[in-house]
Amino acid sequence: MATTVRAVPRGRAAHVLAYHLVGYRRTWRATVFSSFLLPVIYLAGIGLGVGGYVDRGHHLGVAYLSFLAPGVLATTALTIGVEESTYRVFSQFEWDRTYEAMLATPLRVVDLLLGQLAFVVFRALVAVVVFLAVMAAFGTVHSPWAVAVVPVGGLIALACAAPTFAFTATQSSAQGFSVLQRFAVIPVQLFSGVFFPVSQLPAPVRPLAYLSPLWHGVELCRGLTLGTLHPWPALGHLAYLAVWAGVGFALAARTFRRRLVV
Amino acid sequence: MLSTLLLRVDPRRAGAVVERNVLVHRRGWIVLLSGFFEPFLYLLALGIGLGHLVGSVPAPGGGTVPYPVFVAPAMLAVQAMNAALTETTFNVFGKLKYMRLYDAVLATPVTPTELALGEIGWCLARSGLYSAAFLGVMAVLGLTPSWWAVLAWPAALLIGFAFAALGMALTTFLRSWQDFDYVVVIMMVMFMFAGTFTPLSAYPAWVRPLVELTPLYHGVALTRSLTTGSPDLGALGHVAYLVVCVVLGLWIAARRMARLLLT
Repeated sequence: MATTVRAVPRGRAAHVLAYHLVGYRRTWRATVFSSFLLPVIYLAGIGLGVGGYVDRGHHLGVAYLSFLAPGVLATTALTIGVEESTYRVFSQFEWDRTYEAMLATPLRVVDLLLGQLAFVVFRALVAVVVFLAVMAAFGTVHSPWAVAVVPVGGLIALACAAPTFAFTATQSSAQGFSVLQRFAVIPVQLFSGVFFPVSQLPAPVRPLAYLSPLWHGVELCRGLTLGTLHPWPALGHLAYLAVWAGVGFALAARTFRRRLVV
Repeated sequence: MLSTLLLRVDPRRAGAVVERNVLVHRRGWIVLLSGFFEPFLYLLALGIGLGHLVGSVPAPGGGTVPYPVFVAPAMLAVQAMNAALTETTFNVFGKLKYMRLYDAVLATPVTPTELALGEIGWCLARSGLYSAAFLGVMAVLGLTPSWWAVLAWPAALLIGFAFAALGMALTTFLRSWQDFDYVVVIMMVMFMFAGTFTPLSAYPAWVRPLVELTPLYHGVALTRSLTTGSPDLGALGHVAYLVVCVVLGLWIAARRMARLLLT
């Protein structure tokens, strides 16, 4: 008894991560579709189908499939980051009330956040590794630096998940999530340089694309798989994503406390 | 069988089901509004943005058309499909299994067939509004070179009707929310491969018959032939295929609903 009580404070967030991993052992099958199959369908549908027409023009200097694939990889990390942070987090506030149960133990709000964000990153890492293998099979990996997209994918997921956690904690019904999806997530996915270079956007809206964390993620992933990344822009992109993750975490800690701690 | 089911339908009772949906959505108008927004974004990104890279593609009536003109009618069809399928799968499933709404509805004089028709009617009203708005946007952007495009609106309604009926039928077979991953995959595969982004001729010969089996392919081919101004006898074939989907979907849905709810 005494040993278990003493064991808890050490690595408290790890217990939260373990909780989510145990649950995932029962639900992982459903995520195979959304995390692995859908990106591959996207890649095949647009990359192979439309790619044939794009490559006639040689606008990009690289096969369209090679241009698109790292973008879809970064998008997958974003999608997992947001998806795991909306309904899943909301249900723990409102439906299952697991957070209340957790806070009745020595766990603190920060532990809940760290543990669950670690789980989100874990989900993204697995998906990115699998997708990288698919990319290699399609012949779209052109540089050994490509392995570095794995941690970058984790960072993209974290940069998107942390602010979404903060948003979810402020919601009193699940309705806000379809609004978030349509007014934030989908525009970001479509206009962050995944499908066509941001330089094609009209000049007035281009700065909006530069604000999107996904654009920075796409630039990093594309630079790594094509082997064209320069160190200084890369550091800039990484720093921007880290700011999103850091500020997001601080906001999430605030909104979680406000909701859970009376 | 279907005719006997339909003969006993009282439109007022089906209308009551529609009215309930209208009342519920009076408070969720922002979700309704967001439905207008999404296909428009896809059109801007994948039609116009990607279109710069693609150039022109073969048109249904011969010759070539700019890529945005090619993709826009497909987005119209996809929008009709998505609106119909999300309403009749996700929402109907929630009401059937979790909210237990239909148990309450069937305690009134409403019959399972009227219930199914009412839900489909609401779904069509909603997707009809979206289609009209989207078609308007297409016209403003100059993506409807022909006056035949006016007929793309009833075509979009027919596509919505076909998918609403099929969606209702499909929902009666779903066991849990986990099964919805299959629904998402079906929608996504059709979105990507039903001739939406590329002409049928771009697919390998062995894939083409598979593409032609999907209802979305017929929807896309129909709206595309109308907005580009080249409808031919093939368009009637697409209409016939979609009508068969409507009849089949309704028949299965009404029978299965009755079995699930009344026994």
